[in-house]
Amino acid sequence: MEKKLYTVTVFSENVPGLLNQITIVFTRRQINIETLSVSPSAIKGIHKFTITAYTDEDTIKNVVKQIDKRIDILKAYYNTDDELIYQEIALYKIETGKVLAMGGIESIIRKYDARVLEVLENCIVLEKTGLYEETQNMFNELQSSIGVLQFIRSGRVAITKDKKERLSDMLAKIEELKELKVKK
Amino acid sequence: MEALLNEGVDTIFGYPGGSIIPVFDALYDYTDKFHYVLTRHEQGATHAAQGYARISGKPGVCIVTSGPGATNTITGIADAMLDSTPLIVITGQVNNTMLGTDAFQETDLIGITLPISKWSYQIRDPKEIAFAVAKAFYIANTGRPGPVVLDITKTAQTESVDFKPEKCDFIRSYIPKSTIDTESIDNAAAIINSAKKPMALVGHGVTIGEAESELMAFLDKADIPAAWTIMGESAMPTDYRLNKGMVGMHGNIAPNIKTNECDVLIAIGMRFADRVTGDLKRYAKNAKIIHLEIDPAEINKNVKCDVALLGNVKQTLPALTAKLNKQEHTQWINSFAEYETKEKERVIDKELHPTQCESLKMGEVVRTVSDATGSDAILVTDVGQNQMAALRYFRFKSKRSVVTSGGAGTMGFGIPAAIGAKIAAPKRTVCLFCGDGGFQMTMQELGTIIQEKTGVKMILLNNNYLGMVRQQQELFFSRRYSSTPMLNPDFCAVAKAYGIATSHVTKREELSGAVNDMLQDDKPYLLVVEIEENGLVLPMVPPGKGNDDIII
Repeated sequence: MEKKLYTVTVFSENVPGLLNQITIVFTRRQINIETLSVSPSAIKGIHKFTITAYTDEDTIKNVVKQIDKRIDILKAYYNTDDELIYQEIALYKIETGKVLAMGGIESIIRKYDARVLEVLENCIVLEKTGLYEETQNMFNELQSSIGVLQFIRSGRVAITKDKKERLSDMLAKIEELKELKVKK
Repeated sequence: MEALLNEGVDTIFGYPGGSIIPVFDALYDYTDKFHYVLTRHEQGATHAAQGYARISGKPGVCIVTSGPGATNTITGIADAMLDSTPLIVITGQVNNTMLGTDAFQETDLIGITLPISKWSYQIRDPKEIAFAVAKAFYIANTGRPGPVVLDITKTAQTESVDFKPEKCDFIRSYIPKSTIDTESIDNAAAIINSAKKPMALVGHGVTIGEAESELMAFLDKADIPAAWTIMGESAMPTDYRLNKGMVGMHGNIAPNIKTNECDVLIAIGMRFADRVTGDLKRYAKNAKIIHLEIDPAEINKNVKCDVALLGNVKQTLPALTAKLNKQEHTQWINSFAEYETKEKERVIDKELHPTQCESLKMGEVVRTVSDATGSDAILVTDVGQNQMAALRYFRFKSKRSVVTSGGAGTMGFGIPAAIGAKIAAPKRTVCLFCGDGGFQMTMQELGTIIQEKTGVKMILLNNNYLGMVRQQQELFFSRRYSSTPMLNPDFCAVAKAYGIATSHVTKREELSGAVNDMLQDDKPYLLVVEIEENGLVLPMVPPGKGNDDIII
């Protein structure tokens, strides 16, 4: 089966050890996690994991089900790139002296729609948000012209093109179930 | 203790140690309320709790200490995970302030058990105990059952709080019950109604869901022949007309061959384990597959199905049966007979009725014991040849009568699991079959047997070899018997040292007398039977081969 990049989104309770529970499922199948980002979601008390990995569709289906099976996971699903809007953020540290001496940095900033985050005596930090290729291209260009002292890129953050966050529908259903139980 | 009583616990298996003394101290005041069983090793405590759970249908509970006590439970936890057995493992842990400091007898049990348990949770505050215990029981015993680990720090054990009973019947991130999808039921029914050669596979889910009568109503109505996985044995009586035997690596020929001939395969509460399917690329390729399963993660995991019916088979089976037409598949069912005869002539008769000059065979020992119990005993097995021979040749009248380690294949499971099974069903006869290898892995539990006066009937099939590995070496590794011959002790002398009645059978004519002697009372007994050295369990699907490559 064809391998491609899948984005796995996981909503979970905020309890310790969850990241471990999720990564175990990838490890057992020898799947490398390409990027990972974790943050509180729009819904209080619920955390959202965004994970990308190269694999085939049969495998990712099983992985998602095995993640979903863990007790503290509310919902896990996967998407391909065409179903998502996604970004990564990158920071670039370059040497102030070189920038002043060589010039030309403004055109790179404009070209990549980046911005200057901080200007210090010894270094300048640039920030760029975009797709992986875009942040990488800017890195390549900076590296070959001025030289990059330090470079860091975040994991992917993604939202689906659907109207609503799917979790809110699910939570509503769960609440209904709970009420039914209480009535019983 | 109150929290455990609140969950209806009556039996606890365990082993004390430094970090769990406060819990055992509390237990001392509850000796009239719990039957506490001190095993001789923590692994024994977990397997005994599993045996108890499998026979009683209630979660098995064990309490052990931190560090090595806790790590000794790992095999039992992993075994219970693979065989969907409800198990509560309560472990001690060091003080809150010492966590993470490599303190004496500290291990990261939560970290270790995450991949092999349904849920594991560390309790650091005594206020959490009541709810965490309730939650643990809810998780262990609902949906697809499994092991739950509660790691209780000494801090949480020693600070006292007022106990308020808690109940847990809802966790928003865990909804074990699925609603029956009527469209899938209709689709499945349509496929079964138009089937010419349907076949059913019965797994552990039927026993767990207590759906034995629902199963037979389903099979009877549509006249479907059914085979079982080793975990599904005893869901149907051996004599039931549609019971066509065991599938898988050491299963019967007919159902293995017929798996690849049938046009509809209905899998009921089973997970298409590799020991059942053999080579997936050649598995049931002529069949539409209907999968009745409680765990969504099992659907399409190994075998892709045409229709999935999610839920407890106790509910999905009757819903499906209601939509079925009454059918007769006489010709199809009769077509099994050809292979049944072949297996009888070439394997079973030789195993059950060997010539007088041959050494004792595993099958004839198993059948002699089974017949002497009127086919109404609980069968517990260890792992290996003894297990396969026992599962193949033991006969059953009553449901929920088998305890075996299926998914994990844990050698040493037998003795402690038999103890647990007997404690769960004191009025029934419990027969354990094990080999000389597995017996020596947990024979320290003979101590538990005498302390508890547990009347388990142990039959040791001794060939002075690790038989199953020897068999594979003979068949696939040019008879290079690497590390399989064993120099064994005098097993009867071991039993005598514990004061357990015992006898030693080396000749065929001694067998039935010794079996009758064993079964005459309800006391523990060790029957050591010397069996042929180079016995094979046949038929066999070689590992990685297709089910129609079965060799006899």
